[in-house]
Amino acid sequence: MTMIRSNMAGVIVEVRVKPGDRIAAGQEVVVLESMKMQLPIAADVPGTVKAIRVKPGDFVNDGDPLLDLA
Amino acid sequence: MPPPFRRILVANRAEIAVRVLRTCRRLGIEAASVHSEADARAKWVREADASYPLGAAPVAHSYLNVPEILAAARRFGAEAIHPGYGLLSEKASFARACAEAGFVFVGPPAGALERTGSKTASRAAAAAADVPVVPGSSRRLAGLDAAREEAKRLGFPVMLKADLGGGGIGIREVGGEPDLEAAWKACTSLGASAFGDGAVYVEKRIDRPRHLEMQVLVGAGGGGVALGERECSIQRRNQKVVEEAPSTALDGEGRCRMAGAALRLAAAVGYRNAGTVEFLLDRSGAFQFLEVNARLQVEHPVTEETTGLDLVEWQLRIAAGEEAPKPSPVRGHAIEFRVCAEDPDTFLPSPGSIRGLALPAGEGIRCDFGFDAGDTLPPFYDSLIGKLVVAGATRAQAIERASRALADLAVEGVKTNLPLLRRIAASEAFRAGDLSTDFLPRLQRTETG
Repeated sequence: MTMIRSNMAGVIVEVRVKPGDRIAAGQEVVVLESMKMQLPIAADVPGTVKAIRVKPGDFVNDGDPLLDLA
Repeated sequence: MPPPFRRILVANRAEIAVRVLRTCRRLGIEAASVHSEADARAKWVREADASYPLGAAPVAHSYLNVPEILAAARRFGAEAIHPGYGLLSEKASFARACAEAGFVFVGPPAGALERTGSKTASRAAAAAADVPVVPGSSRRLAGLDAAREEAKRLGFPVMLKADLGGGGIGIREVGGEPDLEAAWKACTSLGASAFGDGAVYVEKRIDRPRHLEMQVLVGAGGGGVALGERECSIQRRNQKVVEEAPSTALDGEGRCRMAGAALRLAAAVGYRNAGTVEFLLDRSGAFQFLEVNARLQVEHPVTEETTGLDLVEWQLRIAAGEEAPKPSPVRGHAIEFRVCAEDPDTFLPSPGSIRGLALPAGEGIRCDFGFDAGDTLPPFYDSLIGKLVVAGATRAQAIERASRALADLAVEGVKTNLPLLRRIAASEAFRAGDLSTDFLPRLQRTETG
C-alpha cells in the first residue's frame, strides 16, 4: 500500500480528491498552508485513493500521512 | 520629555513585538505582550513585563482575537494598544473596538483606515489631491465583463488586484485577454478568503518599475512631516526582500515632489500618526501613487537610521496627543535585509526550530530579530525571522558593512534566504544601484549566464 505524506509542517486548506478517485502521478491532491503560503502537494505515484486521513483545518507535521492509495 | 503612556499592550508577535517592547523599555513605559499557544515561550513573552495567552495557534483564535486582546489590555491596565504591522494594524473595526473599550489605538483614526484600506477609495482620494496615480479603474469592478472592458481600455498587460488586498496577496499580472478569467477567479477568491471581500480592480502594468515609498508622520493636530523615501524594489512574490534609504533614483527635486504628494494625500484622508505612501517610479523617472500603508512598515528602521528618529516613540507620542517632530535632515545611507525561513532558490517556507543564531555586531550594524537560538518558527505565521540593518556615511560604505555582516550572520536548524541576500549584496547590479521590481529574476539570469 502506498501512502502520500506531507513534505512540510502546516495546516490543510483543501483536499482535492475523494475515496475511490483514480489519480495520476503529479496530480495535486492536497493544498497545505505553511508560513502564509499555500502549497499544493502532488502524488508521486499513480493509484486509487483508498482513504483520506486529513480534513481542512487539520495540522500536519513534515512526514505525516495524508492519503492511502490502493 | 515625560513618557507618553504609563502602560501599553503590544498586540503583535515576532520581531515587531520585540521592537516595540525595546522602545517602551527605553522610554520607561511598562509593556505587556500577547501570545498564542504556539508562541508561549517566545522572545516577546520573555522580554515583556507581562504576557497574556490569547488562544490556539491559528491567527483567527489568537492574534486576530479582538475580545481576548482587549481583555488582556484590561487585565494589564494598559492605556494604549500598539498593533504592530499586519494582523489587526489596519483594521478600522479594531481601532474602533479599542476606542470603545477605553484604549488609545496607536495608529490612524478608524475613518482614515477606512479611506486608505480600499485601494480604489485611496486612488480616488489621491487623484482628487492632485497626486499622480497609476492608470486604472477608479472604482471596484462589477464583474468579469467590466474587467475585460477596463483592461482593453488600458491595454494589456494589466494587474488585477483585490481592492482590500495587502502584503502582496490577491495580485495577478494578466498578459492578455485569454488569461483574464483565471486571474479574475484567483483574485476574487483570494480577496474573499484573505480580506473578507472579493472586490477587484484593474491597473495598468508599469514596465519594470522601481518601488519607492515616502514615510510620513502626521501629528495629533494634523501637521505632517515627510521623513524621506525608501527604495523597496527588490521583491519576490510582490513582497519586499531588501530596502534602503535614500533611493539612488531620486534627486532633491524629485524627493521634494514625492514628499509633497504624500503629505497632500495624508491630509486629504484625515491621516494621523505614522504612515507610508507607496509609489511606482516608471522608466522615465515619473512617480505614480500605488497605495497607502496605514501603519509602521517592516522596513521602518532604514528611515530611523537615516533620520535619527525612533518611529515607534513618535507613534506613541502622537497617539498621546503630541505634534509631529520637526523635519529631520536625511544623513548617510541605510539598507535592510529581511532574513526569512525559506529556501533561497524555491522560496518555499521552512518552519522548524532555530538551533543556532549568530548575529553580527559592529559600527553601523543593527539586528532586529524576533527569535533567539532555541526558539521555534511555527508554520502558522510569517517566515520573517529578523532584519539586518546596516548604516554608513555613504551607500558604498553601507554595502561594504552589509557584506561583512551577512557573512557573519548564521542561522542553524531551518533553511533561510541568507545565501540569496549575500548574492544580492555582492551583485554588480545592486552595487550600481540598478534596481527594479524584476531585480531578482534579472540576478538569476545574470548568474546562470
